[in-house]
Amino acid sequence: MYDPSIIAASIINGLMTGAIYSLVALGLTLIYGVLHIINFAHGSLLMLCMYGVWFLYAQAGIDPYLALPLVAAGAFCLGYGLQRSVIGKTSHGRDEIILLVTLGVSIIIENIALFAFTANERVVQVPYDIDGIDLGITFLVVPQIAAFVASLAITAALWLFIARTYTGKAIRAVAKERQGARLVGVNVDHIFAVSFGIGTACLGAAACLLAPTFPISPQIGYIFVLIAFTVVVLGGMGSFVGALIGGFIIGVTESLGGLFFGESLGKLGISLIFILILLFRPTGLFGQRM
Amino acid sequence: MLEVRDMVAGYGEVKVLHGVSLDVGPGEVVALLGSNGAGKSTLNNNISGIFRPFAGMVIFEGQDISGARPETTVDLGIIQVPEGRRVFPNMSVRDNLEMGAYRRARARRTQNIDRIAGIFPRIAERIDQLAGTLSGGEQQMLAIGRSLMAEPRLLILDEPSLGLSPLLVEEMFALIHQLHADGLSILLVEQNVVQSLEIANRGYVLENGKVAMSGPASNLLQDEGLRRSYLGM
Ligand SMILES: Nc1ncnc2c1ncn2[C@@H]1O[C@H](COP(=O)(O)OP(=O)(O)OP(=O)(O)O)[C@@H](O)[C@H]1O
Ligand SMILES: [Mg+2]
Repeated sequence: MYDPSIIAASIINGLMTGAIYSLVALGLTLIYGVLHIINFAHGSLLMLCMYGVWFLYAQAGIDPYLALPLVAAGAFCLGYGLQRSVIGKTSHGRDEIILLVTLGVSIIIENIALFAFTANERVVQVPYDIDGIDLGITFLVVPQIAAFVASLAITAALWLFIARTYTGKAIRAVAKERQGARLVGVNVDHIFAVSFGIGTACLGAAACLLAPTFPISPQIGYIFVLIAFTVVVLGGMGSFVGALIGGFIIGVTESLGGLFFGESLGKLGISLIFILILLFRPTGLFGQRM
Repeated sequence: MLEVRDMVAGYGEVKVLHGVSLDVGPGEVVALLGSNGAGKSTLNNNISGIFRPFAGMVIFEGQDISGARPETTVDLGIIQVPEGRRVFPNMSVRDNLEMGAYRRARARRTQNIDRIAGIFPRIAERIDQLAGTLSGGEQQMLAIGRSLMAEPRLLILDEPSLGLSPLLVEEMFALIHQLHADGLSILLVEQNVVQSLEIANRGYVLENGKVAMSGPASNLLQDEGLRRSYLGM
């Protein structure tokens, strides 16, 4: 049998990773909730952001955590521009075309990354990556704590933004009633792009939080987008709370799965959850709400 | 105030309006009548800028706004209460009202919410309820309340009495009468031919995308042809 303290430690570790999963999923769920499309470019945009973090670190010596505002802002602009000038323009408002365009964008980004950065892994090393706090049952390192705290703070800030500001209200309005939004004078194309931009900014932030722990390669996006997709399906497509809680559930599942069944078999738990949710509760835990 | 000149409009290849001309003067209530599918909503949406007309002109207070975007028409004060309400179901009544002031009168939104709460006490009681959980009649009131938040100069009402109980229909017409008395210009699309002509200054009858009849409301009310085709008399 396992010692309860080992299980508790595993849960705590899972929560730390889960917070980043939430953040990546938040971007995906926001874009889905507003544009009603699954952004297939989500993984490759995350990968691109991680290379951005690495570039700032390697070329300018900027600490990945300090780079967060910069990378997030850059990612917002990238997402805004991508939606406004590529995805929105080419799709003519037809959802099935948007889907294919995001897929095309992701293929292009991946190939550019493969060409520009080669398949070699890049590492971002922070000098304090083994510092941390000892909780007694487990030792939490700075990258874990930073990821947890920053992810929660960003989620809370985003929630306040969506709930309180006029732009946030316009986002919610467009999500459920585009025609009504147009009639009160909302520029729907702009709001689409803002939502895509925010979704991408979440990836920018996540990239900064992931970079100190994960070696960067052109395929890195896949790992996280698969998890993010599971989180979104688990939490409920378009649900904010769902993304947050779903991220934690997946993080803990992965961690406990690793503990009981070993690294690789543990990951099967995520796929298992995915299939079970689709079978028994296709709307996810929190339905589709925003 | 509003002049529509020879508007040709439709969807894709299909023409729905074949050269419609119509005026709304300052402070006037103009009734737009016509059977289902005549093109009334199409006309409204081409005025509001949801769609771009194929040909013809829309002039508002002397300014050519043909093919302008809805942001522009809203900025100018052309506010439409669309058919089917189109309130934001996932947002509270208060947030719905606030969205009405997205582009206009934002600074006065708190006073305007109070004013609208006075007009619609039922809405005021449910200010924190999600709009999607309101009854149909309450949603209609909310849609009108939302439009008033923008302090409209021209209000376009597309079948405001649709789906309301007889009592609420009476209330609706009383409200339109009141807004008229306050000096608002209104383009009123309605199926209640008699009631709308009774409060309108003038009326137009749209048939198959053309103006079949127009004139002072009192004349239209007397018209034999209109009575026969719309009232079955
Ligand atoms: N989005 C659209 N795409 C294609 N055709 C449309 C669209 N909206 C309306 N139509 C067509 O245009 C014609 C006029 O429709 P419209 O909604 O303007 O009629 P209406 O006079 O408002 O009718 P009602 O009294 O039933 O509301 C109809 O034949 C309708 O099928
Ligand atoms: Mg209509």
